[in-house]
Amino acid sequence: MIVFLAAVGAAFLGFLAATGRLVGFALLGLAALFSPPLYPRLILRQVVYMGYYSLPVVGLTAIFTGMVLALQSYTGFSRFNAESAVATVVVLSVTRELGPVIAGLMVAGRVGAAMAAEIGTMRVTDQIDALTTLSTDPFRYLVLPRLLAGLITLPLLVVVADIIGVFGGYIVGTVKLGFNPANYLTQTETYLERMDVISGLVKAGVFGFIVSLMGCYHGYHSRGGAEGVGQATTYAVVSASILILIANYMLTTAFFGR
Amino acid sequence: MSGDGAIPKISVRGVRKSFGPKIVLDGVDIDCGVGESLVIIGGSGTGKSVLVKCILGLLRPEAGSIRIDGIETVGMPRRERTALMHRFGMLFQGSALFDSLRVWENVAFGLVQGRGMERAKARRIALDKLAAVGLGAEVGELSPAELSGGMQKRVALARAIAAEPEIIFFDEPTTGLDPIMADVINDLIVTLVRQLGATAVSITHDMVSARKIADRIAMLHRGKIIWQGPAGAVDDSGNPYVDQFVHGRAEGPIKMEVRAL
Repeated sequence: MIVFLAAVGAAFLGFLAATGRLVGFALLGLAALFSPPLYPRLILRQVVYMGYYSLPVVGLTAIFTGMVLALQSYTGFSRFNAESAVATVVVLSVTRELGPVIAGLMVAGRVGAAMAAEIGTMRVTDQIDALTTLSTDPFRYLVLPRLLAGLITLPLLVVVADIIGVFGGYIVGTVKLGFNPANYLTQTETYLERMDVISGLVKAGVFGFIVSLMGCYHGYHSRGGAEGVGQATTYAVVSASILILIANYMLTTAFFGR
Repeated sequence: MSGDGAIPKISVRGVRKSFGPKIVLDGVDIDCGVGESLVIIGGSGTGKSVLVKCILGLLRPEAGSIRIDGIETVGMPRRERTALMHRFGMLFQGSALFDSLRVWENVAFGLVQGRGMERAKARRIALDKLAAVGLGAEVGELSPAELSGGMQKRVALARAIAAEPEIIFFDEPTTGLDPIMADVINDLIVTLVRQLGATAVSITHDMVSARKIADRIAMLHRGKIIWQGPAGAVDDSGNPYVDQFVHGRAEGPIKMEVRAL
């Protein structure tokens, strides 16, 4: 029994230590915001890389998500003659939940992995130490631009994902399910509230920060050559994905919980 | 060594550093005088790189004192540490060039990002430093991946001296190079350090390189400095560990940990 309790205790202490390290890392990254020089060109480069180049993957997943959502909600609602709610369900699901979550997970896979690999390679080839010896703070030069880019870019991507996702539902609703286009749009607009969109964008900002933080954190602490970099990449994607889903629940509770 | 009572440029006293249960530095004591070229020799895994990283502030020792010009640097606040870095140059074993930047941007990096110098001026200095290590301006436009190992080392050397530092560290400067290129790099190190009037600390297990660039040689073994003396005395050290290492003999007091197949 004592052995079991000791193992549980050790695991819990390990979890607390890891959380402390992660929070400390995030605070060091954000603290760099208040000590110039900042690197606007690097921030812009990360925004373009994270945002512009993620548009195809986010757009594709958003449109098919909206289409499937319309099909499935129609199947369900038609069983109790509530087909007219399809447009509302699609727009609320996409703006509140699926837009930010799908975009967050896609960006975690595409960008979080690349961040961990790039920073991890810099770590194992001494490039991060070289930055320090050249009087350049790695947190200011590498971490802060990525954290800010995540914070800025994912809400922008989610605006696009929302529009494309709702459009996907509209296509299926009007072409396949026979809804009147004007009625579908009216239903979409009538029940959509400003808070639905705002909550989704706040979530997106948080998810973007999580993706960048996990990419930078695991890359920065990678060890042991190619194998270590590979592990860092895996950890970055897995931990970002899990944290996105946990944060999504917590934010949904904060915005809409009773 | 600062036997004349002058404050050494670098003074290391009782430095200990371990990673988990493995003790890497176990009370290292060593000084390096102003303008001196100190070479630390020792086998692979004896803690040479760890010692240099401790002096640079990249690693924090668990105990001991590291003074630069008499000023304690262990536990130095971040801002002061950054200012101290302006006085250092470092050539990394694997060159550690930034893949995403062109060669001249690598050389100018410390000037532009670390000191806020205007890019055009930094570029001119970078091209001068590239010329000093025998590389033309056209090389400056290439990316590091397009260079051979020897050229990468030269670029890394140009980057280390770009800001004309007071103290330059060389981590295995000739590892992985053919003997001719290694000699070229050794000559460049000697010439450039002399021109700058800098203090140099090098770590290597290449005795040809050590003999060429050292004023003084120290040997690190099992986390301690077990011998130090003028470069010319290394062959007559009277220390069996140094003798074995210098002559590259498998037999002797230094036992390599080799597992049976």
